[in-house]
Amino acid sequence: MNQHHEVRLNVNGTEHTVSVPPRKLLVDCLREDLRLTGTHVGCEQGVCGACTIIMDGQNVRSCLMFAVQADGASIETIESLASGPEDLHPVQQAFVDCHGLQCGFCTPGMVLAAKSFLEQNPSPTDDEIREAIAGNICRCTGYTFIVDAIRTAAERMAGEEAGQHV
Amino acid sequence: MKPPPFEYFSPTSVDECLTLLAEHGEDAKLLAGGQSLVPLMNLRLAAPEVLIDLNGVDELARIDRDDGELVIGAMTRHRDVASSELVREACPLLAEAAALIGYPAIRNRGTMGGSLSHADPAAELPCVTTTLDAEMVVVGPGGRRSIPARDFFAGHFTTVLEPSELLLEVRFPAHGGGPGWSFHEFSRKSGDFALVAVAVQLPGDGASAGLAIGVGGVGDRPWRADAAEGLLAGGQRGDELLQQAADAVGAQAREHGEGHADNDYRGHVAATLARRAFATALERTGR
Repeated sequence: MNQHHEVRLNVNGTEHTVSVPPRKLLVDCLREDLRLTGTHVGCEQGVCGACTIIMDGQNVRSCLMFAVQADGASIETIESLASGPEDLHPVQQAFVDCHGLQCGFCTPGMVLAAKSFLEQNPSPTDDEIREAIAGNICRCTGYTFIVDAIRTAAERMAGEEAGQHV
Repeated sequence: MKPPPFEYFSPTSVDECLTLLAEHGEDAKLLAGGQSLVPLMNLRLAAPEVLIDLNGVDELARIDRDDGELVIGAMTRHRDVASSELVREACPLLAEAAALIGYPAIRNRGTMGGSLSHADPAAELPCVTTTLDAEMVVVGPGGRRSIPARDFFAGHFTTVLEPSELLLEVRFPAHGGGPGWSFHEFSRKSGDFALVAVAVQLPGDGASAGLAIGVGGVGDRPWRADAAEGLLAGGQRGDELLQQAADAVGAQAREHGEGHADNDYRGHVAATLARRAFATALERTGR
């Protein structure tokens, strides 16, 4: 039962091999085995969205998967978005500029949910933005500034895209 | 709060799954998308000794058309059902309901078979399968058998599946855009389980083929609104009759009520949702 499994993970472009018992949640593997503590553990029951990661291109709850199930997967965590404060992803920059965070606990999950949503829907309405983050709970902001931030990020990314094509 | 220890298997074929089920029987749980089972394990409400992970069984993830039926493999993700062109054409009510399950991250992992086997009475798919008279195809040591949706759910979080059996696929009658359809649900927050859900297949004026009204979230399993179906079976679609049928849905819901709201409130919500669902469905018959 406590027999360990070898698991290969590509996390943020780096190959890792970890040895985990089956019951180890993917989020705990990222935080404890790989020391990537940007992914937060909130409710551990799939409700709050703080542990959102992007696995094989899709956002998923890393508290609702066992690490052993991610063998061979490609994973992006919040750490992959920026190398430092001067190099923020447009979604992160917009969260800063629009005050889209206060305590910051929900922010990694919120930013990744927003990023993967904007990749599918680059010019969303406010209703669509609200729907996209319905599974990410924030107890500080009241969401208004988060919605502002995601809308701002979408506009800036559309601007960059247009600029590149001129 | 961590899941208790368990032994983990990741078979790659249905045959392998059946062998493992035969060996471990009641001690084993099948792990599909994990969006209900893993929270239960994290909370230690479930403590299976053996987990048989179905995510490597590729033959269980499929969407196909077979004669007059739409076939959805048990490991098909909600996201794929909601976005499938084939599902939208053959069974638009199912596509509409699948898009309302949980949140994007839940739909990316959660599966058809997982949701049905979990049998949450407030979940969308049990309600849709009951409404559409879908057939659950299961396989066990004795071979395959097909179970009508109305006989599949046995109560709260309970189905008639035996511990040695596995849900293979679900077969939906492919009504296409014939009758109008509509799925309306009410929950306190977008993505939550429904307080009440109403699924409707409503043929237009003068027609009755394919008529079905299902209700979820009220009682220990989804059910058909027989009295309302009876009122609409004659093919009349006048406003007054539609209101009577919606009130009949509400009256039946009042008899079933339990859970987060009192019976009168549930009945009121059910009647209101039914009225809206009829309107949407009728509008769609005109297309």
